[in-house]
Amino acid sequence: MTQQGVRWTADQVLALAPDAASRKAGSKLGAAGPWSEAGSSDEGTVWGLCKGSGSKPYQTVIDIADAAGPAYKCSCPSRKFPCKHALGLLLLWASGQGAVPPGGAPDWAEQWIEGRRQRTREKQTAGAAAGAGAGAGAGDPEAARRRAERRAVRITAGATELEQRLADLLRGGLAGAEQAGYGMWEETAARMVDAQAPGLAARVRELGAVPSSGPGWPVRLLEECALVHLLDRGWLRRERLPDGLASTVRSRIGLPASADGSATRDRWLVLAQYDTADARLTTRRIWLHGTDSGRTALLLSYGAAGRAPELALPVGLELEAEVSPYPGTGQLRAALGEQFAPPAPSAARPPGVTTEQAAARYGEALGDDPWLDSVPVTLDRVIPAPDGDSWQLADAEGDSALPLTASSHSRPGLWRLVALSGGAPVKVFGECGHRGFTPLTAWPEGPGEAVRLC
Amino acid sequence: MDRTSTTDIASATAMASTTGTTSTTDMASTTGTTSAPDAWEELVTSALLGTARRTPPGIEPGPGAPVALLDAAAVETVRRRAGLRPARAVQRPQPAPEDPRPALPAAAGRRLALLLADRPGTGGSGRRGTAPDLMELLPQWLAAANTHGYAAPPQLLPALLDAARGRTDLRPAALAFAGSRATWLARLNPDWRFALRATPGGGAALPPPQDTAGIRLLWEEGLFAERVALLAAIRAREPAAARELLTTTWATERAEDRLMFLDSLRAGLGPDDEPFLEQALADRSRNVRSTAAELLSALPDSALAARMAVRAGVCVAVDHTQDTPTIAVEAPHECDSGMERDGVVPKAPSGRGERSWWFGQLVEAAPLSGWPGRLGGRTPAEIVALPVADDWRTELHAAWCRAAVRQRDAEWARALLGTPAAPEAGGPGAVSLAERAKLLGTLGSAERAEWVAGFIATHGLSEAFQLLGVCGVPWDAPLGHAVVDALNIARDAGSYPWSFSGVMGLAERCLDPAEAGRLEGLMAVPDEGEDASPGAGGYWAEAFQRLVTTLRLRAAMAEELEGT
Repeated sequence: MTQQGVRWTADQVLALAPDAASRKAGSKLGAAGPWSEAGSSDEGTVWGLCKGSGSKPYQTVIDIADAAGPAYKCSCPSRKFPCKHALGLLLLWASGQGAVPPGGAPDWAEQWIEGRRQRTREKQTAGAAAGAGAGAGAGDPEAARRRAERRAVRITAGATELEQRLADLLRGGLAGAEQAGYGMWEETAARMVDAQAPGLAARVRELGAVPSSGPGWPVRLLEECALVHLLDRGWLRRERLPDGLASTVRSRIGLPASADGSATRDRWLVLAQYDTADARLTTRRIWLHGTDSGRTALLLSYGAAGRAPELALPVGLELEAEVSPYPGTGQLRAALGEQFAPPAPSAARPPGVTTEQAAARYGEALGDDPWLDSVPVTLDRVIPAPDGDSWQLADAEGDSALPLTASSHSRPGLWRLVALSGGAPVKVFGECGHRGFTPLTAWPEGPGEAVRLC
Repeated sequence: MDRTSTTDIASATAMASTTGTTSTTDMASTTGTTSAPDAWEELVTSALLGTARRTPPGIEPGPGAPVALLDAAAVETVRRRAGLRPARAVQRPQPAPEDPRPALPAAAGRRLALLLADRPGTGGSGRRGTAPDLMELLPQWLAAANTHGYAAPPQLLPALLDAARGRTDLRPAALAFAGSRATWLARLNPDWRFALRATPGGGAALPPPQDTAGIRLLWEEGLFAERVALLAAIRAREPAAARELLTTTWATERAEDRLMFLDSLRAGLGPDDEPFLEQALADRSRNVRSTAAELLSALPDSALAARMAVRAGVCVAVDHTQDTPTIAVEAPHECDSGMERDGVVPKAPSGRGERSWWFGQLVEAAPLSGWPGRLGGRTPAEIVALPVADDWRTELHAAWCRAAVRQRDAEWARALLGTPAAPEAGGPGAVSLAERAKLLGTLGSAERAEWVAGFIATHGLSEAFQLLGVCGVPWDAPLGHAVVDALNIARDAGSYPWSFSGVMGLAERCLDPAEAGRLEGLMAVPDEGEDASPGAGGYWAEAFQRLVTTLRLRAAMAEELEGT
């Protein structure tokens, strides 16, 4: 099943842009003017020459059929990825005005594509060989085991120290934490980084922000302290936990794992893609829904600060691929494996539940992973309703509703959701948790494309 | 220590899965402590004060107390979260009214999203480069979409309203396109309140024409904006009915409101309105009086026009004692009460002579049709060509210009405009560029374009900006050719393109997209001439590339809206 004939929407193309400036620059190049000799092939390659400020036009070529999202090559000096030329060319292609007619690739494009195919084949053969050699490529297993042991000892020391700090805090009272301020937590977080427990470090850093988070902070601080404590205890007693839960603890602590669960082949619908960034890292989350299996999977990818992660799957596309889960109970994270058809637009929608069922689903998921802040849920037939300064998603029938999280109130997506609804029921995909519901994607009740809210 | 901490992770998760359905904490109040169980409140209080000062029931004071407290809190936290219930639904908003218009074609919807994404202030440098200015195309995109009568895609309304919020000139077209759902949205977001102001009655529908009681009720009790909208709507349908409606309450309206209502009679003004306007000449408010006079003078057969014709006629005569017939002007010596009642403002602005001030007002209000009879049976063109004695020419011609615009008299406008190629047309003649632009407004669109094309062919582009602004979009072929030729000449003359950036910008928006093909040759970088400004050729090529790209984009936009 090849669907190269179906072109992406402009929205989906713009979702690939690494930042707002690129989006703007790319939109401007999405017109026929500066382009010449543009074309596309049935194998999912798009190419073109873009007139820039220099005398020689830039050569831009994009491989949209790649399993890990589109790959780009452009002769421009930009370090943005994809650059504005690639975005502009894709927009031109998406507009489907015949500006990018089907045809055979010119030599310079063909060379790059062939090189890529070659490398992919080599990687596959290498992967198959490595699989056959049972991890022979991973170096000395004995050394790896010793490294893991040393790290476990350090984490144990870190967790024990953190327990001590928490006990001291509780003995003296949380009221003191407000005066102690952020510095104390920063220092503890640095200790956890030294202990090679990045998961603990991140949680500790968040503890530092709680006292300044407004009314009710002691409750939130106690909750989060208790969950850190729970994680510490979980680590210190991991041998006595069931395997799945022990894996969950390890992943929450921040130990690397590999997605070695059994792969599921499905037609995966991209439900949402959004980035969060801190000073060092941009994290991209992509939610997938298996249209056959009904499963939900989370793909994570990372980029250095200020750079977009490479994996990009625009909302509303569907890809037939294998997805392998990471270990641990209640963990939805998965890795994208072999892809059988390039991503193509789809009219499929995930099935939805009521607000009551969504809340229950979060409660049940906590049984597998008590540290979960939220679970992915699709709500069926809900109406956004203003509730004072905040908003909620109310069931069209019945009288229960999920309040929206505080952070989603300040996003422009809220208004797109409200506009789309117009007081009528809509289908909304989002994350439902103890802070409320964060809407990520919505569909109108009638026919219509998925609308990104994040 | 380990012995005292009896809770471990397994029991916490067990708690989570067994108590999930029994706890009743409401999701809306997770941050408050009011509805939390007492045990949790005890834990929070102890945690806040510290176990050194206080321990919750069931936990013994001592070195193990902090850990015991954390154990209990972990269980409680997971239990509370697992037991979260949805909140009670608040009042749901009234559904937005159904939009009966057909949906926008998909390609056009994507184009709109692109145009709206190109908001000013989202990065980008000052130099314009070869890429089209997308935001500048939004007005004509909206106009075209409104002509087709498409409904706006709801998810784009927030971006559209934000764009209209920043640019008041976009608002009428944007709000017409956005339709009733935009008004519905604007009631929920104070940022978009302008949409409620712009839509009378906050979008409430006006009563249908046959609902006389409803009309009467809205007219007598409605808000000012609603009443203005009602009056305008009825005036557009049935001019006499609007006037009658206004008459019913005229005496009790406030002066500012009377002025606004009177102003709305401008649309569909006809001889039937004369008695009402004549009566308004005696109004208490000076502004109402002068507006009524202005409206009456636009009716050439009105009694006021006749009175003005007599007054103006006395002042202007052909003097045959000279070698060539010359117009002699004798300005009025006083502003009598009759003149004042007919709207003549007696007090001249500072710097102007009283007599010429009064004279100007008389000629402006007198029907133009009377002058040929008064001035020896000459045609307007012949009259305009006559010399005027004693430096009165400027004053007289300016007044005639105002009269031609007010009375929408094309023949006089043509005469006053003169031929576009005339040498004085380019310079500061008797008729300023602003007046010319207004005079052009009284002509048909083809004639207008032809005149401006002739003007540009003779005088170039430097003075043409204002005149181009009144031409119909897209420009007629002769006008388009004239502009492109003039740009080409300006390039060959060696100046920089930004001296013509205003005209360039207009050309991008107004040139017929079909002209794109003719411009291809201009996109190349020419060899630099000796007297050319350094690098100008490259900038011109860039400017022409942008022009062509924009024209192509406009052609694509139009095609997308056709839905093909």
